[in-house]
Parts: sequence; structure tokens; C-alpha cells
Amino acid sequence: MENEARKYVNLFAFIVILALFWPYLSELRPGLFKKHVEITPYKVEEKPEVVDGIEIESGLIYAEGYLLVKQQCTSCHSLELVTQNRATRAGWKENIRWMQETQGLWDLGTLEGPILDYLSKNYGPKEASRRANLKNIEWYEL
Amino acid sequence: MSDKKNPSNKLDRTSFISRSVLTLFGLVLAGNSISSNTGIKSQKKTTSNNKTAGGNSKIAGKHAELSILNSKPWNAETPPHLLDDKITPADRIFVRNNGKVPENIDVENWTLTIEGESAEKTKTYTLAELKSNFKQYSYQLTLECGGNGRKEFTPAAKGNQWSTGAIACPKWTGIRLKDVLNDVGVKSNAVYIGYYGKDVHLNGDPDKVVISRGVPIKKALEDEALIAWAVNDNDLPLMNGYPLRLVFGGWPASTSGKWLHKISIRDKVHDGPKMDGYSYRIPKYPVAPGTKVPEEDMKIIEVMPVKSLITHPKTGAKVKGRKSFEVRGHAWAGDLSIKEMHISIDYGATWRKCVLDPAINKNAWQQWRIQVALPEKGYHEIWSRATDSEGIMQPMVLPAWNPKGYLNNACHRIATKCV
Ligand code: HEC
Repeated sequence: MENEARKYVNLFAFIVILALFWPYLSELRPGLFKKHVEITPYKVEEKPEVVDGIEIESGLIYAEGYLLVKQQCTSCHSLELVTQNRATRAGWKENIRWMQETQGLWDLGTLEGPILDYLSKNYGPKEASRRANLKNIEWYEL
Repeated sequence: MSDKKNPSNKLDRTSFISRSVLTLFGLVLAGNSISSNTGIKSQKKTTSNNKTAGGNSKIAGKHAELSILNSKPWNAETPPHLLDDKITPADRIFVRNNGKVPENIDVENWTLTIEGESAEKTKTYTLAELKSNFKQYSYQLTLECGGNGRKEFTPAAKGNQWSTGAIACPKWTGIRLKDVLNDVGVKSNAVYIGYYGKDVHLNGDPDKVVISRGVPIKKALEDEALIAWAVNDNDLPLMNGYPLRLVFGGWPASTSGKWLHKISIRDKVHDGPKMDGYSYRIPKYPVAPGTKVPEEDMKIIEVMPVKSLITHPKTGAKVKGRKSFEVRGHAWAGDLSIKEMHISIDYGATWRKCVLDPAINKNAWQQWRIQVALPEKGYHEIWSRATDSEGIMQPMVLPAWNPKGYLNNACHRIATKCV
């Protein structure tokens, strides 16, 4: 009997520990729990280092909402994949849907709107041209 | 587990619980340190405005001057002037990874399994068996990412923004895919082959296939279709598929599976991840830029189009007076050869014919060269334009827009100044 009791105490302790650390776990690793819906921005960074409008640690344009992207979009790939790209709001939404349908991205819940706002405002469509001027040329003597 | 009240069982359970808790924390910590690593990497890159890795954030086994497009997963391209060699050195072969590079590769126990609806049987070979049971061949084969040149499309197409450097033509050594397929037996209803590799999905799920593409059986049975283990007489670089990969020259490089461990002979078009949707597909009919194309109207890209690269001089050359200098590079055209090569120094108004070498074998790029003197002081662009054996040329502006920005084969341009 003592054994039985021990068993339940153990189980109980396990659940309590898990419950206690759940918010911590899910904030750090949203990808760990697939059906993770709502994550409120849990901390405002004390002093983000910003150079030329870029938040240095993430490489993102420092503007309202950057922290959401920094928190939600880094667990699978680097943010270089985000900052290379340009699209309309609909284009970004399509990209998020594709990752949700085929790559295991979770439901972003109420964060989706602000994330799309940030992306379309800061990484909106680029100027159209059939062929752009050659840029960033480093001149040297041949 | 049946509980028989024995003490060892109880012990098991307690340790199971503490182990699970520990594992959970381990996972959290591991995950966390991975994402903070990424932070550090992108930090390095944003501070040096142009995206060249300046020796510090190097990719294992790769030249320090490759431009890094993405550090997780690794994606990097080679600036044109670093592609000047006829045979691309291994450290200059671009990197296009869709997932994580496999870790702890055990070459001794590496196997390749051939299976599928249209295989006579399922058969597994060790690497050693592949090397000893089949005749070995070497070919110089051109591998180009289907998205090479994506950067130039407007409206922008999503994905890594390749400029011109997702192209390489090293010497590959291995065995003919057809010899292995025939050893297993190919049924007459075979349509396609699909590969499976050992790379790991970015979301960490070990069972999720990252990418599994392939080619029609006809391409698979060509002499130059290789199962390769060597580049330029050395092991494949880890980033390019060590210890075993497929190589189909002239087709989108994504058909040439890396870290190869399984090939499926299919009785239909292969349907692995990234064969479907918009991946490596273009519209079945021409569309205006920005058109939303329904998925069912997309078709698989097969062979890559005619293209060329100026590998010397490096863009930005300042030339004193009317001194003449050599302009040279490579040209390639999918499964075809290059018939003629031209350059223009007046924005395509007039074209000069270059000296052109034949290809060393099918699906290898060809070398061309010409002496040029700039006509007057000032800014001049040099454009290169190849013509394939069927008379098809590179366009001077962008070719047909497509949703994912594939197949940009517009002529290459460099900037020069006469001073
Ligand atoms: C669960 C994993 C996961 C998360 C989280 C994730 N992505 Fe992705 N994403 C992927 C994978 C996998 C790819 C394909 C990478 C490749 O093939 O190189 C991808 C590709 C992309 C691309 C390139 C699209 C293309 O067509 O190749 C963009 C842009 C992108 N992600 C943006 C984001 C943004 C923005 C977020 C945050 C809202 C995000 N990702 C979060 C898995 C993820």
C-alpha cells in the first residue's frame, strides 16, 4: 500500500512541477507545444541596441511589433529568411499559411494581426523594375 | 507496464519521472541556446552592411567570401569572380539547404536502399558495395538552384534572394544511377524516381521529410545521372551532401538529393515534399507579373534555361585608357550545349562574338573569352549573352515572372569604368 501511495505522490509532484513551469516552458519553446495559441509579448527588451534603425540582436527593423517577430519566427530558421523578403500584407499572410500547412508553424492567434502589420509595413513590396541599376559596386584598378 | 509491486519497478518509475522532468528542461535549454546563437550570427551580418561573411561567420568547408543568405538553415552563394575556374573548387560550391545538415554521419554503416512500386525488389547497398560492385565514372556536371536570380523579380518572390551565385560545375565521381536501378530491376511502368536524404526538418520533428524530389525515369537513366560520393577527387563537402548524393546536371539542383539514403522508383510522378504546391514549379501558361496562379495551374520545372556568367573581370574594374583586357566566363544550357557566346558593351545595341570552348561532356558548362577595350572615358557595363544549340538566347531584361521567382536567366552584367 505504501507503494501505491508513493506512486500517486510522485505523479502529483510531477504534475505540479510541470504546471508551475508551464508558462516558462511554452514561452521559451512555443514550438514544443503545437497548439499554442496566445503568447503575449512577455517582456519589453530593456535596452535593445539599435544601429541605423536595425535592432542589432535580431537584425530586424526596429519598429513597433519587431519583438513579436523576434519571438515567433526564430525557432526554425534565422530571421535572415524574413529580412531578405518583401511582400504585401496578403503575401506575408500567404507565407504564414504555407508554413502552417506544410512546415509545422503554429497558430499565431491574436498575434497574427500585429505580426502582419509589422511585416507589411517594414518589409513591404519593393519598387518594380524590369531590371534595376547595378548597385554596391566596389571599384578597383584592373 | 504491469505493476508487480517490486521495488525495482518503483525505482524505475521515480527515475522515469525525474528523467522526464530533466529532459523537458534540457529541451528548453537546448532550444533556447540555439535561438540565441542565431541572434549572434545575424548580429555579425547586420553590422557589415553587405552580406559577405568576412572570415568570421564561415560555413564549415566553404570559402570565406561566399555571401551568406541564411545562417539557419545554411544558404550561401558564390560571387561571380570566385567562379572563374573551369572546374569549380569544392569550397566554392554554393550551399542550398532546406533543413538541418545531418550530424554524426556514420560512413561505415551508410546505406542506400532502392525501393518503390516500379522496383522489381527492394535492395539495400552499403557505401562500400556501391563503390566496389559498380563501374565508376567522373563527369563535370552543372548544378544550378532553380531559384538562382530570384532577387531580381518584381513583385518580389519569397524565398532566399539568390543573385547569380547558386551555380557550380565541379567534377563529380560516383556510379551511374542507371547501373544501380538496373541491378535492382526497373518495371516497365516506371515514371519517376524520388530521393530521400538524411537532413532534418527545421521544426525538429525527426520523422518529417525536409525535401524529397526527383526526375522522370528518362533523365534518371542517362549516362551522366550519377550517384556521387566525390567532388574533384575528394569526399563531398558536408554542406553539399556528404557522404552520398544524386547529381543531375542541367536540372534544378533540388532534384539532386543530398545525404542520399533511399531512392524510390515510382509508377507516377513522385509526390514527396516540395514536388507539390508552388515549390520548383512555374505557371503552365504565361502570366502577368504578380498574378495569383491557382495551384492546379502550376507545372514542375524540368530542365534549366540557357545562361552565362562573366567571371573575369570582377565587377567594378577601373581600366586605364584604352588598354585591352580579357573578359571571360562560362555558359550552360540545361541538357543542351552552347552554340554561340556574345558580349555587349553598349547595353545590347551591338554584340561581339566570343571564342567558345566545347563542353568536356554533356551537362558541363563551357568556357568563353574575348579581348575588350573600352571606347571612351566613363561608365560602361559589360553584358554577356549565350545562345543554346537550338538558337534560344538569354533575354536582356527579366524573363517571365512566376510566383516563386524561378528561372531568371537574364544576361549577366558587370560594371566597369574607363579612367
Ligand atoms: C515551425 C517552424 C517555422 C517557424 C516557427 C517559422 N517558419 Fe518560416 N519557414 C519554415 C521552413 C521550414 C521554411 C522553408 C525553409 C527553406 O526551405 O529554406 C520557411 C521559410 C520561410 C520564408 C521563405 C519562404 C519561402 O517560400 O521559401 C519566410 C519569408 C519565412 N519562413 C518567414 C517566417 C516568419 C515571418 C515567421 C514567424 C511568423 C516564421 N517564418 C516562422 C519554418 C518555420
